[in-house]
Amino acid sequence: MNFRVNGVHFDYKSRKVLNGVELNVNQGEILAIMGPNGVGKSTLLKCMDMILKPTAGSVLIDETDLVSLSKQEIAKRVGYVSQRNEVSRTTVFDAVLLGRKPHVGLKITENDYNIVDAALKRFDLEDMQLRRIDEMSGGELQKVCICRAIAQEPNVLLLDEPTSSLDLHNQLEILKIIRNVTEGHQTATVLTMHDLNLALRFADKFVFMKDGIIHDACDAAGVTPEMIENIYGVKVQIEYFKGMPYVIPE
Amino acid sequence: MHLEDGTKPAAYKKYIAKKIGIIGGMFIFLIFFALFAVSVGAVNIPIPDVIKTLIGGSGTGLYERIIWNIRIPQILTAIIAGIGLAIAGVSMQSILRNPLASPYTLGLSNAAALGAAVGISLFGFGTTGSNITDAVIMENPYLVTICAFVFSMLTSGIILIIAKIKSATPEVMVLAGVAINSLAAAGLMAIQYFVDDTKLASIVFWQFGDVARAGWSELIIIGAVVLICSVYFIWKRWDFNAIDAGDETAKSLGVNVSRVRLVGMIAASLISAVIVSFLGVIGFVGLVCPHMMRRLIGDDQRFLIIGTAICGALLLLISDTIARTLIAPHVLPVAVITAFLGAPVFLYLIVRGH
Repeated sequence: MNFRVNGVHFDYKSRKVLNGVELNVNQGEILAIMGPNGVGKSTLLKCMDMILKPTAGSVLIDETDLVSLSKQEIAKRVGYVSQRNEVSRTTVFDAVLLGRKPHVGLKITENDYNIVDAALKRFDLEDMQLRRIDEMSGGELQKVCICRAIAQEPNVLLLDEPTSSLDLHNQLEILKIIRNVTEGHQTATVLTMHDLNLALRFADKFVFMKDGIIHDACDAAGVTPEMIENIYGVKVQIEYFKGMPYVIPE
Repeated sequence: MHLEDGTKPAAYKKYIAKKIGIIGGMFIFLIFFALFAVSVGAVNIPIPDVIKTLIGGSGTGLYERIIWNIRIPQILTAIIAGIGLAIAGVSMQSILRNPLASPYTLGLSNAAALGAAVGISLFGFGTTGSNITDAVIMENPYLVTICAFVFSMLTSGIILIIAKIKSATPEVMVLAGVAINSLAAAGLMAIQYFVDDTKLASIVFWQFGDVARAGWSELIIIGAVVLICSVYFIWKRWDFNAIDAGDETAKSLGVNVSRVRLVGMIAASLISAVIVSFLGVIGFVGLVCPHMMRRLIGDDQRFLIIGTAICGALLLLISDTIARTLIAPHVLPVAVITAFLGAPVFLYLIVRGH
């Protein structure tokens, strides 16, 4: 399975936010979209899920254009975790059960309950399934939201800054989970991130974005200091420590 | 995907069973209380006679007339109006993502009162006098009702048009509602200032919400609107759950958020407008019942909508029964009692926390 974004444009009122974005990611791969604040990373993710309708261009899963699908059909294929999540007075189990919505007809089946239970176990959340999400920490809530997207059984997983506002322990845990999900469930995963070093450690592919277009695309080993300087306007060096690349600002 | 190895956990089943138990218990209590409510009033009817009359047995002629012509319409009105106001409130709170949203706070009630005042004072659908049982007799109650309904729906129309221009954000709807509420209150005040004493009396009297105002024909209209709109909200319960989790999350789950908001607001406004136009202003039920039930059974709309509906029916029915019996044979308007009864319970729930 291949997920492809073809020349996507998006205008917000008269301001051009996306100017023909191209990218593609295969199942089992994590693609990280890097770039400074306000370059349109979140807008791009929303366009990929048709939460915002691109003004031009197409988003394809294999050869199926998402524009031609109903909202429900898109939701069966693409899972999205927003940067901000509202919390209501519901339990973890119910919050994850919501992920079954695109698949549910009038009534939830036993199968839906079973899938939620299985998803909770993947995320080590089964012990807190009856805890209320409005009483959880940021890290726990982020886990619940990703778990909900997994219960949706999507082919494509879109995550908008899944590690922002998390502490180091939770950042690593969430990214490990995303890695496992991507490999275990063979999703094509796209995420936005600000932490270059974390991204280098977990993502397979990178795109560097500025002014609404992709400037560079490469795999993890291909990231160069020039690409980073080009995008962020900061001179950096990339040093290797124990085989891992690290970005160090000069 | 490989998520087939789970089983529905027993703890969750128990948790769901508890919610169903609470709602079921409230429903049974509602039935029994309704029977009790039929039996009490200016004339006390023994409960066995009530049951006999209801199942078509040989009740006495007097009891039959009291029960079928007075008590049952009033009790059913209290139950159905309670359900309607509570469902309008709970859905408005979800749609607008605001705990203060209710037919009253969004100006629909005041707009209806303004409409009634306009009908009574400007169009002269006014009063001719008074008798012992009613403080004021309306000459043309239906025309007043229609005026109230038109004004109430106009208000929600304005809110919705503003929201549509601004692409239906909850903040815009709430702010527009609050502004229109003030406008309607000011208009009402202006009319009350200028009209003569009898008209002033009937404008004020109209505002006292009272479920005794509805007969069988009004009851059928209110009931049909409440039923149709309630079916919509129950049908869309998952969409409302998704919207509770945030607009973007809801959209990513395939929900047409703007449309659900728009249709939901229209349905909630319709319920409120019909009830307020026929019965007058009954505040508090729409605001407080959703919060009571949120504290008891949580925000899950699968249970919250039905739970809140029963809570609304109970609050209005108990209030009405107290209003009828407190200073019998005189009756108080039910709107006076709802707040006296609901506010302490509500404050207790707030203070007690979760």
